[in-house]
Amino acid sequence: MAKIQLNGKKVVIKSKYSILDLLKKYDLVNKKIAVEHNGVIVPKVFFKKKYLKNNDKLEIVHFIGGG
Amino acid sequence: MKKDIFKIAGKSLKSRLIIGTGKYKSFLETAKAVEASGASIVTVAVRRVNILDKKKPLLSDYIDPKKIIFLPNTAGCFTSEEALRTLRLAREMGGWKLVKLEVIGDKKTLYPNMIETIKSTKILVKEGFKVMVYCTDDPLLAKKLEDNGASAIMPLASPIGSGLGLQNKVNISLIIKQSKVPVIVDAGIGTASDATIAMELGCDGVLINSAIAKAKKPTLMAKAFRDAVISGRNSYLAGRMGKNYFATASSPTKGLI
Repeated sequence: MAKIQLNGKKVVIKSKYSILDLLKKYDLVNKKIAVEHNGVIVPKVFFKKKYLKNNDKLEIVHFIGGG
Repeated sequence: MKKDIFKIAGKSLKSRLIIGTGKYKSFLETAKAVEASGASIVTVAVRRVNILDKKKPLLSDYIDPKKIIFLPNTAGCFTSEEALRTLRLAREMGGWKLVKLEVIGDKKTLYPNMIETIKSTKILVKEGFKVMVYCTDDPLLAKKLEDNGASAIMPLASPIGSGLGLQNKVNISLIIKQSKVPVIVDAGIGTASDATIAMELGCDGVLINSAIAKAKKPTLMAKAFRDAVISGRNSYLAGRMGKNYFATASSPTKGLI
């Protein structure tokens, strides 16, 4: 178990949980999104290998309407 | 006649109208307006995914980024750091290099902070971005942006969302005359005729959001803007007649009975 902060909200995840696992959980695989892990952008190819640790800060963003 | 081609950062575009996708009632309404406008580019914002609602529809479900170019913006960013972070994330999302930079300096007027804007432009250009820059209508600062590698200069007509139209034609004209990159009037356009005026001055394009989204019938207004931009451009290319203080009769005086 680990506690992370995802888009400003506290989320509890299992141990040995990768970014890809998290994206699966939220139906975000293959969506137009970008991920920032502790302030660093994570390229898509590393989603599978990047495991999450306690207190990690994650931001997942997408495009919304804007002027 | 030479073909009138509109290019930004080397890319030819069909329409000189760019529209924003904010403030619409629904994604369906947004999509309809985009279609009616004929725009080749739409601006989009980068925000957090709502993790509490998995089923929430996405903008890209309604507007196909393969058909319409998404131009990520930095709306809501007040510092260079925030703007850079946003655009780097946008690039990661789908390889977007063409971006719209706006660094806001004041909450009430949403006036651009030109010091942070110039700083950000330099860094983004160095990182390989093609930067279209929202800016004040100051010709000196516009020149500074161009010198620092901006792909398009986007001076405001009046404050964002104000609908006040083109308030400083002289400055916009000065910017148009001096710029080698496209000049696109961004922000403040209130109605279709405002866009025509901007195009008649010689602007390369206009960016519209609120004037369409906040119209009573957004789809119809989108169509009005499409035509207004085409008319304004044609009028500019045609070259208007000179102005006189006194009348000049349209019918010949010769042969008058």
